[in-house]
Amino acid sequence: MRETIIQYINAFVAGGLICAVGQVLIDKTKLTPARILVLFVSLGVVLTGLGVYEKIVEVGGAGATIPLTGFGYNLAKGAFRDVDKYGLLGAFTGGIRATAAGIAAAVFFSFLAALAVKPRAKT
Amino acid sequence: MIEKKTGRQTFQMQHPPSINATASIVGPKEGKGPLAGYFDQTVDDEFWGEKSWEKAESKFMREVLSKVIAKASLPMDALDFVIAGDLLNQCIAANFGIRESNVPFFGVYGACSTIGEAMQIGAMLIDGGFAFNVACLTSSHFCSAEKQFRFPLELGSQRPPTAQWTVTGSGGIILSAEGDGPYITRITTGKIVDMGIKDQNNMGAAMAPAAADTIFAHFQDTGLPHDYYDMVVTGDLGMVGKHILEDILSSNGIHIGSLLNDCGLMIYDMKQDVHAGGSGCGCAATVFAGYLHDRMKKGKLERILFVPTGALLSPTSVQQGETIPCIAHAVAIENSKGGTQ
Amino acid sequence: MQQVMTRDEYRKYVDKVSPNSRTLRNTLRAFMVGGVICVIGQFFLNSFKNMGLNQETAGSVTSIVMILLGVTLTALNLYDDLGRFAGAGSIVPITGFANSIASPAIEYKSEGYVLGIGARMFLVAGPVLVYGISVSIIVGIIRFLLKS
Repeated sequence: MRETIIQYINAFVAGGLICAVGQVLIDKTKLTPARILVLFVSLGVVLTGLGVYEKIVEVGGAGATIPLTGFGYNLAKGAFRDVDKYGLLGAFTGGIRATAAGIAAAVFFSFLAALAVKPRAKT
Repeated sequence: MIEKKTGRQTFQMQHPPSINATASIVGPKEGKGPLAGYFDQTVDDEFWGEKSWEKAESKFMREVLSKVIAKASLPMDALDFVIAGDLLNQCIAANFGIRESNVPFFGVYGACSTIGEAMQIGAMLIDGGFAFNVACLTSSHFCSAEKQFRFPLELGSQRPPTAQWTVTGSGGIILSAEGDGPYITRITTGKIVDMGIKDQNNMGAAMAPAAADTIFAHFQDTGLPHDYYDMVVTGDLGMVGKHILEDILSSNGIHIGSLLNDCGLMIYDMKQDVHAGGSGCGCAATVFAGYLHDRMKKGKLERILFVPTGALLSPTSVQQGETIPCIAHAVAIENSKGGTQ
Repeated sequence: MQQVMTRDEYRKYVDKVSPNSRTLRNTLRAFMVGGVICVIGQFFLNSFKNMGLNQETAGSVTSIVMILLGVTLTALNLYDDLGRFAGAGSIVPITGFANSIASPAIEYKSEGYVLGIGARMFLVAGPVLVYGISVSIIVGIIRFLLKS
């Protein structure tokens, strides 16, 4: 029980901190959100490649995998796994294989949402 | 010898055209603002029964045109010209909104300054003897502008405090060779001014130097005293831009801080979460057609200098890292024809 | 009019007179909302693991559920309100990735099913995939080269 609570607290702090870094970048650097997202996913891939992000995931759990850096983590982890299994080809198959569920879900659910609703104004 | 030109960029009307009618239709947010009572109609649904934001914006313009000719008691074929513009690519709101009117048409683009550009061209057409009745119209729509210039509406993003809110609405004006005013007595056509601002979320700062340039030129060309007008009202500088305009004018010896006002600050209550204020082609147009014209008709304002301001950027130019060229057109509107001349 | 300022001076002056974003407030909000979204993710992850799924499958299913959540809130016209409050707190989590795909899909429906929904869906998220996938391939190739 105590372990679970610590796990949740870690997820909260890790996820919160990653988002807070993003906010500081948006406010202070005038980087657009799209650029922040690109930066975060690329950073996630690189940090995983360097073996750093795995340690953050060990502590932060979902707090490290739910932010976009976690998407980069999954891409890099998948690429590594497939490279180890299939050689050079794995560099091309691994990333998308590991993230396929998320990408496919985002495309499909978004398509359904577009069929179902009209845009609405912010009032 | 050009007899109506005074100075570098100001033109004196010999037969000042009369503003015989105005009409304005706004969206729900503007309809909750402090000027709510002055607009002819408030539409509660941004789609206005249409299938897209763009079609809705065209409808705003179409309805304003029929409203304004009705208020001027003119049939459509009494109009010699319609001059109209908007923010959308290829000015589709105007082109599609006006297409059934069967009136000779000039489509114009000056971003949010478009109503000023339209009024200047209309005034010159009438004073030059080319037209008797001219309709000037512009529109903007928050949703179509967001879609074109920023992001999809449902995207969860934040705006910085310098950002402005595009007005949903359309304003129209009938200029005529005869009428009992108020009259357009002189105009100062703006030059493009670019002071190197790149941030499309700080348009007021980009446009303020253009407004200052035109206002300065107006007083220099005409030699009028700086306190000649009851109000010098810019289009959509917002909070940041208005502050900068005051600064630049003061440092050029024009101290009219208390006479300055801005349509973008008038149309919303600052509590409406609009950050630095309103913007868009519909901002100056609806505030003039709704509020300012009414104040003049009732004699609360005798003469104003109406200075719609525009940021001439495009999504492509922003992505290519260009700075924002800006423009402001000044239109002097007075209850008496003669002015002091 | 006399030019009182050069472009550089004007830019500096504008920075001075323009109000700044309330970074402290915004960052606090981003921290809280981002943290809460991750806690929700952790909850789903734990639940799926308790149902007997292995770590990897549970992770994938959690992604799907979180994306469904993001898309649903977008379709209900709520995610933009959350975004206005939380900023990066709702942009950076995977729910924000879902929002960035669903929102143009909804917005561009008026341009048709193929060139509207189909083509514009990746207006915002496209770059994330382009750079994420490309960098992961490079990292994979480096791994391959280092091994051999």
